[in-house]
Amino acid sequence: MNLHEYQAKELFREYGIPVSNGVAVNSSLDIKKAIEALEGDRWVVKAQVHAGGRGKAGGVKLVHTVEEAEAFAEKWLGKNLVTYQTDETGQPVSKILVEECTNISEELYLGAVIDRASQRLVFMASQEGGVNIEEVASKTPEKIFQIAIDPIAGPKSQEAESLSSQLSLSESQKKQFEKLYLSLAKMFVEKDLSLLEINPLVVAADGNLICLDAKINIDSNALFRQELLAEMNDLSQEDQRESLASKWKLSYVALEGNIGCMVNGAGLAMGTMDIIKLHGGEPANFLDVGGAADPERVSEAFKIILSDENVQAVLINIFGGIVRCDVIADGIIEAVKEVGVNVPVVVRLEGNKAELGSEKLSKSGLNIINANGLEEAAKFVVKASKGENS
Amino acid sequence: MSILINKDTKVICQGFTGSQATLHCEQCLDYGTSLVAGVTPGKGGQIHLDLPVFNDVKEAVSATRATATLIFVPARFCKEAILEAAEAGLDLIVCITEGIPILDMLEVKMRCDNLGVRLIGPNCPGVITPGESKMGIMPGNIHLPGKVGVISRSGTLTYEAVKQTSDLGFGQSSCVGIGGDPIPGSSFIDILTLFEEDSETEAIVMVGEIGGTAEEMAAEFIQSNVSKPVVSYIAGVTAPPDKRMGHAGAIIAGGKGTAEEKFKALEAAGVHTVRSPADIGKGIGEITGW
Repeated sequence: MNLHEYQAKELFREYGIPVSNGVAVNSSLDIKKAIEALEGDRWVVKAQVHAGGRGKAGGVKLVHTVEEAEAFAEKWLGKNLVTYQTDETGQPVSKILVEECTNISEELYLGAVIDRASQRLVFMASQEGGVNIEEVASKTPEKIFQIAIDPIAGPKSQEAESLSSQLSLSESQKKQFEKLYLSLAKMFVEKDLSLLEINPLVVAADGNLICLDAKINIDSNALFRQELLAEMNDLSQEDQRESLASKWKLSYVALEGNIGCMVNGAGLAMGTMDIIKLHGGEPANFLDVGGAADPERVSEAFKIILSDENVQAVLINIFGGIVRCDVIADGIIEAVKEVGVNVPVVVRLEGNKAELGSEKLSKSGLNIINANGLEEAAKFVVKASKGENS
Repeated sequence: MSILINKDTKVICQGFTGSQATLHCEQCLDYGTSLVAGVTPGKGGQIHLDLPVFNDVKEAVSATRATATLIFVPARFCKEAILEAAEAGLDLIVCITEGIPILDMLEVKMRCDNLGVRLIGPNCPGVITPGESKMGIMPGNIHLPGKVGVISRSGTLTYEAVKQTSDLGFGQSSCVGIGGDPIPGSSFIDILTLFEEDSETEAIVMVGEIGGTAEEMAAEFIQSNVSKPVVSYIAGVTAPPDKRMGHAGAIIAGGKGTAEEKFKALEAAGVHTVRSPADIGKGIGEITGW
């Protein structure tokens, strides 16, 4: 789960981590009040979306007057911001963050992730802040300094010392950095983060460290114990079908193609997409109905797939281990009756009660193409998606 | 021989009286698994599936001499459940549960390593030695005792590999689902090591997927440490970047962890790769000449 910048910064303040003073507003009518509450004679206005690259896309602006800020808010609120990280429709803007302007003397980078290879929480820091850090990492990896935290012992001051020396910070900045590092590590663990990125972390003109941007991802598996953070989730930033699917505990990812897929198991669902592609087709989605699929969830899954108007054919690929194929068949029949279906449906059932499932589908009178095996299923559905008969 | 479990392995189940555990333990018992007891806190002294229920793992182990545990405990209690098992002196922990927070797993993994306990999973189908013992949720009837060792990050793709190698008559020595989480208890390398040492395993199927670098690390390991033929399939060639594909660990992050990179690394290490999940069994036939 992602947080908006303004939400991440609220969290930073909770942990005493230095960020610019700022106010998030929903309407251009609130801009004046927001600016009156802030200091200085210049402010930064930032469109709040779950995507990077906002600056280049015009979603961040330095303003000198209330009117300029209001015009920015009117321009973006209720609109979609398209950046290099979004799709072509972009992400809806419903909040603008107004912040005091910081005079920057140096831009650094500080991030933390759970590194899968070393199985540690790893902090990364670089003097090359404010730019695309992936590029720095691939072109000049020696400019990124790393330190790993022992999961049992926790973070140590020496680790901060090591990073701040590599960043060539002054003695007083080193003290600030140590506090920053320990607070961030504490927050990472207490709030179940999966990613933390401050780009840039700046050395202000007065020599103090300030987090100018803040990106946070939260481990979705831990939301059961992070109720306050779970409430901060902005569903408008997600694909509508993806968030509907997650309500039904289905894993769905929208893709560009025209063959709808319903599969049990994440690996097999990816494998199904791959084999469709191998046979010259394009998958419209990833969808895992899960191991404990019941007719109701199968039915909802089917509806979600069909709500994508690009879908020209559907492939249902079920390897019944735990899940019973006859139960899946009931769900398909129920869904087709309820929503109607005017595209060809290819079904491959294997494993637990597969024959009974196929029999139910054949007797249902629905236009369903039975396939024997994964390869045949892929061939049939690719043909069907092109309007050819199998 | 086989790896990890055989017909004599005494197994307990944690979270025994829950509905999923009950369903799958019945099937494990039917398959022939030597399941000897269950653990559900607060239900000690009861009898479930004709087996004794204990309040904690230590009690169950001292009463039954079990050496392995199968965990179905809900994700929020899993860290404690795994650590309890690790500290009770078991050799093998198989955790089926999906959805354990990643920070819990960092600590669990380190503590299990320190104690020398082998953890399989979480978020996995479990382990089976066909014809002998099943600790997991896989359908027993698709397996055939035989000579292919199967390792996979995915449940249903494991079943595909199993069905194909059964249909061709090769059968399986053991099958291990290492799970779809970013921090698995056991890696491909851990299980490859066991299959390399196992006299009954003559060829190995390794099914990977996008995300992380476990397959690349396995490729490097295979090149210098595995003499047996390996066939590999990687799922997710068509997966878009930065999207979690069902499994918590199946995500291409920052351009890293693509299926193509993994295929390349495996091919460079001399592994026979197949691009279609329908060709895994055929691939084994091709490299072994069976």
